[in-house]
Amino acid sequence: MKLLTANFLSCAVKACKSSPLSFPLHFKDAELASKSVPYNPILLSNLLPRLDWPALVTSSSELGFTLPQQKPEITPFTPTSSEDGDAVMSGAGEEDEKTLRMLHKVLMETEVVEGKMVCGSCGFEYGIHQTVANFLLPSHLV
Amino acid sequence: MSPEQGNTDEDGFKEARYESRHVHQVYDKIATHFSATRYKPWPIVEKFLNSLPLGAVGLDMGCGNGKYLNINPNIFILGSDRCGRLVEIAQQHAASQDVVNADIMDPPYRPSTFDFALSIAVIHHLSTARRRIEAIASILGLLKPGGEGKALVYVWALEQRTSRRGWDENSNQDVLVPWVLGKQFKESQPAETDSFPQKTANDEPILRFYHLYKKGELESDVKSAGGKIIAAGYEKDNWWAVFDRA
Repeated sequence: MKLLTANFLSCAVKACKSSPLSFPLHFKDAELASKSVPYNPILLSNLLPRLDWPALVTSSSELGFTLPQQKPEITPFTPTSSEDGDAVMSGAGEEDEKTLRMLHKVLMETEVVEGKMVCGSCGFEYGIHQTVANFLLPSHLV
Repeated sequence: MSPEQGNTDEDGFKEARYESRHVHQVYDKIATHFSATRYKPWPIVEKFLNSLPLGAVGLDMGCGNGKYLNINPNIFILGSDRCGRLVEIAQQHAASQDVVNADIMDPPYRPSTFDFALSIAVIHHLSTARRRIEAIASILGLLKPGGEGKALVYVWALEQRTSRRGWDENSNQDVLVPWVLGKQFKESQPAETDSFPQKTANDEPILRFYHLYKKGELESDVKSAGGKIIAAGYEKDNWWAVFDRA
């Protein structure tokens, strides 16, 4: 499971949905690996406005990464075509590029291989095993 | 054939048990073979994914082997499936995407957050109208409100006289459809519950439950769940609908 994914997950238990404590889920005993993923600044720069930054700072720090407290302001990339038809990137100065490379490494390439995610509301622990997070609830919680 | 429709928690439990036997345990057995037969994206799904804004974030609920995860490289899709083996297969296809093991009835996602959601060939595996509408309502609750988030749902059609199944509008809508495993695709048997005796050792067909949707029924279920239809139609033995939160 990617670190990015944690920004979109909350507790699967229905009674927890209204609790602000059910997001983000908290990592526990996480073992990490780095997985090579093609760098795509178009996706990343356009994804950025959709991230809950405070939650991302929390999840990242639980996995040992320090992100800036404020969401970086980056002009979204747009795909444009060059004269010979190849896609080229527009936008981005050197500073933006550096920030996006850092975010790519943390959000896209950081895999949680083993570990748990804990709901701050009900305390249920979801297991992550061989990179797969398991959100199937036991029958008494359905 | 499906359990009688009920409204109590106990009925819900029976229905879930029925689906566990005739849907979940089936996919655990057929995952590898199933995946090998599912590789071609359906044109309407492809078009939907390519119409999304750059950086859109969405869900593929019941993503199977993950064949829709890499259609559009400029969106982020979080796939999920009830079947753990299919999640493993889908993860191998997903470089910039991700896949988790989850049930559409208990989605582990932030409410009112997503630009889009897909649920392709999933809702028809739920055994009562109440649960099918509940699943659609659960998808709706995850979409951004105010028409900003939209969903695409596909279900198998009752009207498919020209398919090899040959069903038409007069056929039974609740059916058990056999899956015959090729020898090379026999899964090593996972730990079984006692409700499903291991007698599929040879070539005995494995039965999957389907509710076959008739004309207009998907739109009607979407409306009952609180959704608003944007577009709907029929494509190759299936009904589909694009909708948002009303």
